[in-house]
Amino acid sequence: MKFNRKRFYLAAVPIFFLVPLILNPYWVDVLNSIGLYALLGLSLNLIVGYAGLFNLGHAAFYAVGAYTSAILNTTYHIPILLLLPVAGLAAGIFALIVARPIIHLRGDYLCIVTIGVGEIVRIALINDVFGITGGANGIFGIARPRIFGMVIRTPHQFFYLIWLFVAITVFLFYRLEDSRVGRALNYIREDEMAAEACGINVAHYKLISFVVGATWAGMAGNIFAAKMTIISPESFSFWESVLMFTLIILGGAGSIEGVLLGAFLIIGLPEIFRELSNARMLFFGAAMIAMMIFRPEGLIPPVPKKYRVFSGTDRGETT
Amino acid sequence: MAEFLQQFVNGLAVGGIYALIALGYTMVYGVLKLINFAHGDLFTIGAYLGLTLLTSFGLADRVGPGVAVLLLVVMVMGFVAVIGIILERVAYRPLRNSPRLSAVVSALGASIFFQNAVMLIYGARFRVYPQNLLPKISLNLLGIYIPLVKILVLVVCVIMMVGLYLFIQRTTIGTAIRAAAIDQEAARLVGINVDGVITLVFIIGPALGGLAGLMVGILYGQIKFTMGWIYGLKAFTAAILGGIGNIPGAMLGGLILGVVEALGSAYISIAWKDAIAFCVLILILVVKPTGLLGERVAEKV
Amino acid sequence: MALLSVQRLTKSFGGLLAVHNVSFDVFSGEIVGIIGPNGAGKTTVFNLITGIYKPDQGEIVFDQHSIVGKAPHDIVKLGIARTFQTIRLFSNLSVLENVMAGAHCRMSSGVLGAMLRLPGQRREEREKIEEAMELLGLVGLQDFYDYLAGSLSYGNQRLLEIARALATHPRLLILDEPAGGMNERETEELIKLIGKIRDKGVTVLLIEHDMNVVMKICERIVVLEYGSTIAEGTPEEIQSNPRVIEAYLGTDEDE
Repeated sequence: MKFNRKRFYLAAVPIFFLVPLILNPYWVDVLNSIGLYALLGLSLNLIVGYAGLFNLGHAAFYAVGAYTSAILNTTYHIPILLLLPVAGLAAGIFALIVARPIIHLRGDYLCIVTIGVGEIVRIALINDVFGITGGANGIFGIARPRIFGMVIRTPHQFFYLIWLFVAITVFLFYRLEDSRVGRALNYIREDEMAAEACGINVAHYKLISFVVGATWAGMAGNIFAAKMTIISPESFSFWESVLMFTLIILGGAGSIEGVLLGAFLIIGLPEIFRELSNARMLFFGAAMIAMMIFRPEGLIPPVPKKYRVFSGTDRGETT
Repeated sequence: MAEFLQQFVNGLAVGGIYALIALGYTMVYGVLKLINFAHGDLFTIGAYLGLTLLTSFGLADRVGPGVAVLLLVVMVMGFVAVIGIILERVAYRPLRNSPRLSAVVSALGASIFFQNAVMLIYGARFRVYPQNLLPKISLNLLGIYIPLVKILVLVVCVIMMVGLYLFIQRTTIGTAIRAAAIDQEAARLVGINVDGVITLVFIIGPALGGLAGLMVGILYGQIKFTMGWIYGLKAFTAAILGGIGNIPGAMLGGLILGVVEALGSAYISIAWKDAIAFCVLILILVVKPTGLLGERVAEKV
Repeated sequence: MALLSVQRLTKSFGGLLAVHNVSFDVFSGEIVGIIGPNGAGKTTVFNLITGIYKPDQGEIVFDQHSIVGKAPHDIVKLGIARTFQTIRLFSNLSVLENVMAGAHCRMSSGVLGAMLRLPGQRREEREKIEEAMELLGLVGLQDFYDYLAGSLSYGNQRLLEIARALATHPRLLILDEPAGGMNERETEELIKLIGKIRDKGVTVLLIEHDMNVVMKICERIVVLEYGSTIAEGTPEEIQSNPRVIEAYLGTDEDE
């Protein structure tokens, strides 16, 4: 039986959206964390999975989105959810500025530089850059989000907010994947020089992957700020970037289903095996090595896209 | 002026440590074209191993501080070298023919594994080195007081670097390493045991990295399981700064970075100390990816 | 007026002179071959024309505009497409997607267009898929459209690279050893295909080791040796040129 994506989602989504009704707030909150990481993973997947660029500083874009939202909300009292596009835009512009000079660097160098960018952002936040980030304590008192006058407060309410956003993201990213832009990123991942020789502006599309990925991470940051009401630099450390990266590699780089599975495994499993949760990164590290040796494409690798075409013989008859 | 000199010497000591770690990055990169992300964690392991030998085995009490330090150096270097060999066998050798980035993921995995293994064994908090290991004397040089330990660190670093340089340049085995770094296939064809060279590189690099860890423990007195990450990144910056794959470059890069960082944190802001190294890294990669002494182009056309 | 004019092209790599003072013209509608012993600098000339390398000296004029210093993807847009000597397909993507890569530069939809699936974007996708299938028909691979490119036979991979290059709608098609690794029957088909491509109005410039192919289809031949042009002319002239026989054909028989 071939995996039928449409049928899978038609069956899984309604069930999944009913699940919180039978769960206690603790587990719903776990699902919310999974949702946030799924969002971050999906956004990073544009860069790592589609374009094949190793970005280990994704937490920086997440931070820019979260801090933009938090600062504008606490100083100007703009409703946090209205700031969703603003957070995305800020992170996207930040990515454009940062990625532009480094985009031509080869794989492992780019990887190191993104680590550097992530760290510089975190250090800047700790040092209360421009006097607006609140230093090591961060920013607190972020107003809870409201939708149509209803304040979103409980884990159950957040569940629907977060996962609705995940669902929209998945929907849009499937479309992006199956388009000129998505294909261009895949060509670059497969063979940069061949892509360039086919007329694809490689640097331009690499930038696009960074900017769109960062935009989404920025929006995830907005939701994170709304959920926590307090944010501080330690939420955007290097390990956050590693977590996002790991879940993609384990789940299947370039595969939306893979990233979703990765988020469930990386965030969900340690909750199930709580007594081992200290050892979870140890396990993930070993899993990354094993994965590269035995199954480098991840648990659910991307499936080749199907296109609807007229078959060659039909064409001969009709024309 | 005294303040400047003081910071300069501080910078040299730290820079020597960066240089020792950078040698490991640059040698592995030279032969395998791989950034060994786990190298920083081998440095951490060196530091913790030194701690265990000093505290649990009471090395200093049994043989006296002078001999203890010598024994420590030998044991730490040997043990970390063994871990280096295992790392190469388990995480890198099976991926020799895989896409380059697979090996990068594996290296990251190894780094995460080591770091958390150290955390699980020794705990997440700072650990303190015994304070009475070396006599707390300072030497008066040109009007500034320099602690003996700093001078020792610098001397050890210089000895190691010069030794390695002579080994690479003057011996047959060193020539084999250089040949394998230029063209692995050609080296194989002329009868060089490339697997042996790679193993050797994974002995020397980790041994020097482990030694650097030990010296950080002795120099600063406290160590943490995450320290390999930041030292590793800075040492990598040093390797790039000097020109990756280039051994004298790694030494020069380490010393320069150490001094720049020390002066920067003294005269600009200590809070931004770690950011300075990263800015240097990004700047070098954007402006001159070959580094100061490297001929090798760090990116493809 | 030449479609492509290469003038005194020179390129060295770290002291090694790979291409030295090479000049030749390609006129619209021609099939021109570049031959020469291994290491004569043929592929380097192609890499210079397609913008992968920058020449140290010399001029490359395409359709009366200099293309020296332009990025490879811009040169493709101007109308020069190429294949590679060592096949460089996107081997984990489908045959159809490979051809679609060539169509990329003639499409315009962006991120928003894709996410919102605007009518223009959908029309463009349909059109280009159809065009890609037509090109696959031309090279005889339409039945393999949903296979992974890497799973095709060697000869078919070469044909797919040609289809991918054609999808950019080039005016000049540059083929780097198109018959390399092909058997006799495949080579015969290839010769016919190159003829068909020229008849569609595409000028062809090719490197080929198979003298049979070169002599059969090329109207003019440029001979390189040690990075310099040593002869230029019709197949008959080249076959009887003593320098060429000495430099190229002679060594070829030794192998």
